[in-house]
Amino acid sequence: MYETNYHRAGSVADAAALLAKADDGKLLSGGQTLLPTMKQRLAAPSDLVDVTKIAELKGICEDGNAISIGAATTHAEVAASDLVKQKIPGLAKLAGGIGDPAVRHMGTIGGSIANNDPAADYPSALVALNATVTTNKRTLSAEDFFTGMFETALDDDEIVTSVSFPAAAKSAYAKYPNPASRYAMAGVFVAQQADGSVRVAVTGAGQDGVFRVPEMESALASNFAPDAVAGISVSADNLLSDIHGSSAYRANLVTVMAKRAVEAAS
Amino acid sequence: MAHVSMVLNGKRVSGTVEDRTLLVAFIRENQGLTGTHVGCDTSQCGACVIHVDGKAVKACTMLAAQADGTEVVTLEGLAKGGTLHPVQAAFREHHGLQCGFCTPGMIMAAVDMIERHGAGNLDEATIRHELEGNICRCTGYQNIVKAIKAASDEMAGLQQAAE
Amino acid sequence: MGVDGIGARAVRKEDKRFITGKGRYTDDMTAQGMGYAAFVRSPHAHAKVVSIDSSAAEDMPGVDAVLTGEQLVGDGIGNLICGWMIHSKDGSPMNMGAWRAMEPEIVRFVGQAVAVVIADTAAQARDAADAVVVEYEELDAIVDAVAAMEDGAPQLHPEAPNNLIYDWEIGDEAAVNAAFEGAAHVTKMEITNNRLAPNPMEPRAALAIYDTAEEHFTLYTTSQNPHVARLVLSAFYAVAPEHKLRVIAPDVGGGFGSKIYIYPEEMVCLWASKRTERPVKWVSDRTEAFLTDAHGRDHNSVAEMALDADNKITGLRVKTVANLGAYMSLFSSSVPTYLYATLLSGQYNIPAIHANVKAVYTNTVPVDAYRGAGRPEATYLLERMMETAAREVGLSPAELRRKNFITEFPHQTPVIMCYDAGDYSATLDAAMAAIDYDGFAARKAEAASRGKLRGIGLSCYIEACGIAPSAAVGSLGAGVGLWESAEVRVNPVGTIEVLTGSHSHGQGHETTFAQLISERFGLDTDAVSIVHGDTDKVQFGMGTYGSRSGAVGMSAIVKALDKVEAKAKKIAAHLMEAAEGDITIEGGELKVAGTDKKLTFTEVALAAYTAHNLPDGMEPGLKEGAFYDPTNFTFPAGTYICEVEVDPETGTTDIISFVASDDFGKIINPMIVEGQVHGGLTQGIGQAMLENAAYDDTGQLLTASYMDYCMPRADDLPAEYRLSTHETLCPGNPLGMKGCGEAGAIGSPPAVINAITDAIGSNDLSMPATPEKVWQLCQTTTKAAAE
Ligand SMILES: Cc1cc2nc3c(=O)[nH]c(=O)nc-3n(C[C@H](O)[C@H](O)[C@H](O)COP(=O)(O)OP(=O)(O)OC[C@H]3O[C@@H](n4cnc5c(N)ncnc54)[C@H](O)[C@@H]3O)c2cc1C
Ligand code: FES
Ligand code: FES
Repeated sequence: MYETNYHRAGSVADAAALLAKADDGKLLSGGQTLLPTMKQRLAAPSDLVDVTKIAELKGICEDGNAISIGAATTHAEVAASDLVKQKIPGLAKLAGGIGDPAVRHMGTIGGSIANNDPAADYPSALVALNATVTTNKRTLSAEDFFTGMFETALDDDEIVTSVSFPAAAKSAYAKYPNPASRYAMAGVFVAQQADGSVRVAVTGAGQDGVFRVPEMESALASNFAPDAVAGISVSADNLLSDIHGSSAYRANLVTVMAKRAVEAAS
Repeated sequence: MAHVSMVLNGKRVSGTVEDRTLLVAFIRENQGLTGTHVGCDTSQCGACVIHVDGKAVKACTMLAAQADGTEVVTLEGLAKGGTLHPVQAAFREHHGLQCGFCTPGMIMAAVDMIERHGAGNLDEATIRHELEGNICRCTGYQNIVKAIKAASDEMAGLQQAAE
Repeated sequence: MGVDGIGARAVRKEDKRFITGKGRYTDDMTAQGMGYAAFVRSPHAHAKVVSIDSSAAEDMPGVDAVLTGEQLVGDGIGNLICGWMIHSKDGSPMNMGAWRAMEPEIVRFVGQAVAVVIADTAAQARDAADAVVVEYEELDAIVDAVAAMEDGAPQLHPEAPNNLIYDWEIGDEAAVNAAFEGAAHVTKMEITNNRLAPNPMEPRAALAIYDTAEEHFTLYTTSQNPHVARLVLSAFYAVAPEHKLRVIAPDVGGGFGSKIYIYPEEMVCLWASKRTERPVKWVSDRTEAFLTDAHGRDHNSVAEMALDADNKITGLRVKTVANLGAYMSLFSSSVPTYLYATLLSGQYNIPAIHANVKAVYTNTVPVDAYRGAGRPEATYLLERMMETAAREVGLSPAELRRKNFITEFPHQTPVIMCYDAGDYSATLDAAMAAIDYDGFAARKAEAASRGKLRGIGLSCYIEACGIAPSAAVGSLGAGVGLWESAEVRVNPVGTIEVLTGSHSHGQGHETTFAQLISERFGLDTDAVSIVHGDTDKVQFGMGTYGSRSGAVGMSAIVKALDKVEAKAKKIAAHLMEAAEGDITIEGGELKVAGTDKKLTFTEVALAAYTAHNLPDGMEPGLKEGAFYDPTNFTFPAGTYICEVEVDPETGTTDIISFVASDDFGKIINPMIVEGQVHGGLTQGIGQAMLENAAYDDTGQLLTASYMDYCMPRADDLPAEYRLSTHETLCPGNPLGMKGCGEAGAIGSPPAVINAITDAIGSNDLSMPATPEKVWQLCQTTTKAAAE
């Protein structure tokens, strides 16, 4: 790791000020992505602004018919939250399947979505549940937030403060892990709204990160059953291909995981 | 440079280190406690697992500066007054270690696992799943899983006896 | 602890320090004024080093020195060598290219060191290493061993035209040809043995300390054989004369072969310590380990088996290309030859075998012995062939094997080995009973009703352990003898220190070896210390690999114990005025048979040292040494059966059951032996389903971290390995031991692949059997079934 300067922010405003002062500053949340990257010398921020001690970024609360999760809330906290388990069980399950227990004790939702790893789990939940992301500057829909592989709509000095998930009637996540890294090789989040409409979002497989599968969504809207998606496949053209799985294999996994997510949600 | 102070295995310690210093380096090099190991550079092997404020974390994926003001327990701090923690004893009893290199992280992860699930509530499949972040090249895991299960059950018995 | 003799499941004496965080590994050592080394490594698989500019790095904070290969060569440091001479079939010696610890001219694999920085802290050294500017002129690289032999392929070493190191053969080719001419059936397969990265969890490390006054070096290092390291470092690399070099291998966090060899980094630390006149420490990170630790396996073979009308094997023909990487590592040449082709007879009576092995240079990290070394490659080849042949001729896999089993011993194979003892039907029967082989069809049907594909696969392995005798291996090209030494020191108070040339890095010698003494004298194991891993304490030894510490290392201890016992009895007889032949040892006491006269072991020991009343002419003291050179290899063998369930939708394979029935000869501590099997099985299952060290065409390692190299984890494995042992004693050593360290890794891969191919009904599967590969085959077989 290259030398850097560590700062602890006490508030969001404080964090924004520290970032503004830094040459090439970066926010540090759980550090479960940023620190490994720095250890490999693939990132060399001049300054790190630790946001995990900011009270307003922590915690899970009910907000009308939605659940709001502070950006610095850990995966373990989301997985263990009774509120999340009760209102959006698929989300709790997803959080409980990110990395391993020690990673979940540190890693946060804000850090995960800001990083937008194409194999990360959270993006699928945000898109399928039509979540909104609040920053210190604005509010964005999930689909506007994720703009491509490791790309988001965030400005360099913008800080995610919370994510709000509207409760779903049914939700489930099915993940096929990469055998080595255990990140998603294909992860499918399926959410059915009270009005019967369905959103299906896929992570791990797409070259541009998370994407929706409209064909599956309409099929499930009329018949919310595993069989409804069993025959629907996504095109392999824009899917990732690597030593662990070709795009054709990933396309197959998307169908199978969609089926299993529907099964789990039903 | 960062001034770092923490309670390490029950003792208040402090030191001044570069901001980039990892917690594991602070513990091993600055504090001379070499029971916490480093087995990878991608935060995956778990040889470095310790407890920070009562939770298992990877000491290789946290800066010493982040741990300022926390309470840290490493493998060296687990045995109380010369009595082995039940997990330590079970690892020996069930041959849950060979070369011993993964062992510090395994034991610390196991203690955390038992605390989270509640003593006596672990089955073989859950233990295996919970060990996703701990790699052992020697044992094939079978005896590690056995040791954790035995410790978990024994701790449940101890709790019951105490009640 | 108590008196734990042979056969006791004694908990390990060494565990106390490991479970309390008090183990002492190389990286835990420090020395006053220590500097840290960081290496500058080639990002290219094949390139000319045009220039190295270290000026910027030298000016950085904390930097003591930047040293290059040119300086190393200038100081007379020798090239790294391969210590086993193999001759090609035309009689010419193998073609060995020069390997310098840091390369001044042409780099040949990604990660090869060209320079080193010594600085006050590890971080400063790394910062400065990044600032060393190396200009390279890239050359074409070749990573595929078969393609490397073709005309026009990039050439690695001028010494090796067409990158061919040797073209070696064994067996009677004419006899094999004749067998094929008369064959009723021929099974032919192309078989790949995938390349693996050994991955002991403790990465390699070194701390070199040069004493300017004494001109003496101390090296703490992660070695499986510190004495061999010292010998090679002094005799061949000219780093220091042997009596001026102490090598200490303290607690070592696993080895699996990869810590046998002498690597550039440890050498450079020694040399740099002298140049900078300060202790120098280097600790590999995991990425460096992937790039520079010797890999294992990597064979491409074509095998043909001839069967007669009665399904008896009449001949075996094997052609193998072995990828040895960019340089010849210490024992690399022996692995695809004498550790591989000599085991191609397996457990079977095969009258004619011929194998041809071509060893090839490629632009990849050197390949050498990894747990099993050659024997897993032989077993995989043969056991895939057996299963396939059984399917082709329509016999059950067990029946074909049974028909061909060797049943009489000693048995001379056509490929050097003379098997001394075994009972192959017994282990096959035990494994089949354990897995309820007869109930498989019902389980398969039940799985099918859930949409899952069940399969079952066998592997009947044999291996050769405790490579020996020295004269025989010497005649086959080995540069060293393969005996072992031991010294038993009885202290005046009756406690015992055993000094052994074996090295423990997870095997539990401190316990198992102590059990031998406990058994012999009836002493508490706490009264025994095992001393190993330090060339200043133990005079010489060959270290631990090839499952040799039991059969060879413990045999040396037994020999020394015999001498101690004889002397103790003489003293006791003298003191109790009895005949020597009447003295028995029991429960820590020396007794005169048929009387109530006795002396404690401590009293006898004290008498030996006070020397007030010893038999005439006897020297004082009670300390004996022994060297043991075995008369033959040992031959552990057994049967492994794996039952899997495949999810055809995703290609995921779950191992439902895995049973192992092994014949290891005499077992000292069953608990430790089981642990060795668990670990070996897991590495074998890893090879079969998960692990692969993959290079791209330009020689970049695609799997240089755990993000891409798939290590077996707890949830990849079956709920329980079910083990049993069947003991036939090895006649070649005093305890009848055979060895157990590698069997699991040797026998398991074919069992897994035979099971998966059985499940999916397609034989065209290579290791590792990744979900994608299995899924793809499921696609083809379901399509074929539909048509
Ligand atoms: C072994 C291992 C396994 C893992 N497995 C998985 C897995 O299976 N699935 C998965 O999804 N992830 C996985 N992860 C990644 C993990 O979920 C990370 O926690 C997560 O990706 C990043 O969150 P963090 O809080 O650690 O962020 P950090 O690492 O601190 O930061 C990540 C990035 O986000 C930025 N950032 C942080 N907070 C904010 C904020 N509030 N506003 C704007 N930008 C911010 C940082 O500047 C940085 O660029 C794994 C990680 C490890 C080490
Ligand atoms: S050293 Fe921390 S996870 Fe490997
Ligand atoms: S005991 Fe050696 S790595 Fe686990």
